[in-house]
Amino acid sequence: MSDSFLPQRDEIRRRLEGRYVGSVPHNRALNLRVADYRPEHLSLALPYREDLVGNPETGVLHGGCITSLIDATCGGAVILSLVAPRRIATLDLRIDYVRPALPHQEVICDAHCYKVTRHVAFVRAAAHHGDKASPIATASGTFVVFPDDNRSSGGEPE
Amino acid sequence: MNLREAVVAVRETGDFTALQEAIPYARFMGITAELVDGDVVSRMRYSDHLVGNASVPALHGGTLGALLESAAIFKLLWHGETTSVPKTINITVEYLRGARAQDVFARAEFTRRGRRVANVRVFAWQDDPQEPVALATAHFLLVQD
Repeated sequence: MSDSFLPQRDEIRRRLEGRYVGSVPHNRALNLRVADYRPEHLSLALPYREDLVGNPETGVLHGGCITSLIDATCGGAVILSLVAPRRIATLDLRIDYVRPALPHQEVICDAHCYKVTRHVAFVRAAAHHGDKASPIATASGTFVVFPDDNRSSGGEPE
Repeated sequence: MNLREAVVAVRETGDFTALQEAIPYARFMGITAELVDGDVVSRMRYSDHLVGNASVPALHGGTLGALLESAAIFKLLWHGETTSVPKTINITVEYLRGARAQDVFARAEFTRRGRRVANVRVFAWQDDPQEPVALATAHFLLVQD
């Protein structure tokens, strides 16, 4: 790809970061950043931090923050795939831990929203340390896509 | 106190504070546990940094997953015989309703606890245990010392 696309990509990256990280308190607390994006695909990175460690004996990040990373990335991939802005909510998320994570390394999640219907979006994701061929975790999630009409967007308590 | 000492201390005293102190992420998330009628009930104390949707406000789905997984691990450690932390094989989280900006509780049940693998169901709720905000089904590998 030509270098002339880079400024535009950086601008889009900044906007995505504002949307998925800046405006979401927990994503901000985890210092998530946009690692990559393309249509229907989003990659977010979770930097390694001592206060996110689950087992001090190994220094490995807790599964909980990897769950948050995967949930955030999958949700972002859904939003990237919608033709118009819609409110979405996670219906379910399954995560398989296929290999132990390594200490002192950031975790990257690549999510692909491979199908969007009127009301539901389907996502597959994998988390890794930079080598996509060697994932730590694989995941699949489904999301409810709420209608555009605010009056019929119920289903959640006030 | 290291993690293994904390596991031993929790089994002796029934006070999970040592475990939270030994797990950095549990402190970051405000996740702890206590014994209620002899069963382990985990709790995630509300904090502004747990929010996923600031306009509702609602808790981030990932934080509920984190609480559910932690609740299963706390219960496995309480009932376990080793001091090794069980390894999560997989977890499926179902989101039932939006979780509001307040504390969340979670209770785990063993559907099967074998020598190597434990099958666990976990329920998370806010005001009413009969109205869970999220459920999880998870499998753990039980590591021998």
